[in-house]
Amino acid sequence: MPFVLAGWLFVVGLYGIVSSRNFIHMVMCMGVLQSSTYVLLLEVGYKAGGTAPIFFDTQPSAKAVDPVVQALTLTDVVVGVTVAALLMALAVQTHKRTGSVDPTDTRIMAG
Amino acid sequence: MSTRTRLLLFVLPALGVAALLVWSFTGLPSFGHYPGPYGNVVNAQVVPVRHATNAVASVNFDFRGVDTIGEEFILFAAVMGTSALLRVQRRERQEGSSDDRDESHPAAETAGAVQVICMALVAPIVLLGIYIVVHGHLTPGGGFQGGVILATAPLMVYLGGRYIVFRQVSPKGLLDFGEGAGAGGFVAIGFIAMLAGAAFLENVFPLGKASEVFSAGTIPVINLSVGLEVAGGLLLVMWEFLEQALVVRG
Amino acid sequence: MTGVLQGLTMVSVAVFATAVVLNRDPLPQAMVFAFFGMSLVLLFLVLQAPDVSLSAIVVGAMAYPLMTVLTLAKIRQRR
Repeated sequence: MPFVLAGWLFVVGLYGIVSSRNFIHMVMCMGVLQSSTYVLLLEVGYKAGGTAPIFFDTQPSAKAVDPVVQALTLTDVVVGVTVAALLMALAVQTHKRTGSVDPTDTRIMAG
Repeated sequence: MSTRTRLLLFVLPALGVAALLVWSFTGLPSFGHYPGPYGNVVNAQVVPVRHATNAVASVNFDFRGVDTIGEEFILFAAVMGTSALLRVQRRERQEGSSDDRDESHPAAETAGAVQVICMALVAPIVLLGIYIVVHGHLTPGGGFQGGVILATAPLMVYLGGRYIVFRQVSPKGLLDFGEGAGAGGFVAIGFIAMLAGAAFLENVFPLGKASEVFSAGTIPVINLSVGLEVAGGLLLVMWEFLEQALVVRG
Repeated sequence: MTGVLQGLTMVSVAVFATAVVLNRDPLPQAMVFAFFGMSLVLLFLVLQAPDVSLSAIVVGAMAYPLMTVLTLAKIRQRR
């Protein structure tokens, strides 16, 4: 059942991208879409009643949740924001060339 | 194509995707019943084998280090792309067109309270960032998280309304160097392992005693290098955006 | 208890995500995105992922909105 959240984030983010009238709005919708993967990965690795996979002051136990999916998510959160920065820079560049940030504007497609 | 047609074209496949997602979720093991062996194996092995107490960091920088190098270079390439895109515009602007230069708005006054709070926060943020980078193999944290935190410290200076000081505390050349050195350092550590006769990125440094700062072999060293790269890269992006968004004089 | 917390954070993530998408003006959207980021951080925390929430705090609440505001400043300047 909690997996539905990941599906919802994916579909809502996709809807935002498709219906977007502004590149900046679009980049943030992509952020929502990306977060669906984080939620899905972490939910797959979760154990009922589990503990964090940190053994600084506890003994390693079988109750700790999966660290592998957390490692995947962790790097992507940081990398994702720089990719978003790249997209924002593209939006600035598009605005400079065509004077518009609306993806449906035909001037953008004309180049 | 009108917005209506486009929405209609979206809704039907989207319903299909949603149905497929729900269908595939029914095949997953139910929430809270983690099936896979990998997480359990890593959790059981990380302290005895690697002397690191943070399982996530040791997956990132040791067991699956090569993946992280890949991620690291995505970050590197994205930062380079951003600054290349924004730099072209800056040159164009300086060459002649006066559209930006002339319409400078008078800078808004920053409230005194905001200035004081921002300046007071700078030192604690730097301290927290360094702490998180250095203790990455012991407690939650590491190069990625600590680097992002470190990158916000100079932004506090900017929020305090001192753009000129922001430029001084994060000079461009140093950021470029930090980003490159961080990315290169990760790979260099991999080659050091090869020089020692082991596989690329194998943990060859002395492992030390678990839950001490000097332990876990290469993991804290890689943490430092990743922290340098992430902090440098994010600040570089912010620097370019600020340079673009503000009209600077002097 | 944990189940209730997880349910609450999941609902808040879903609500804020919908709010981010339905908000058509990028400037208020950046603010809403910061709230969405914070709800994600809470969800990661109750899913026992402190490492991930540490990086998501700064990214969601600081880096994303700041970048958006700066891009908007740039674009509106030219207009």
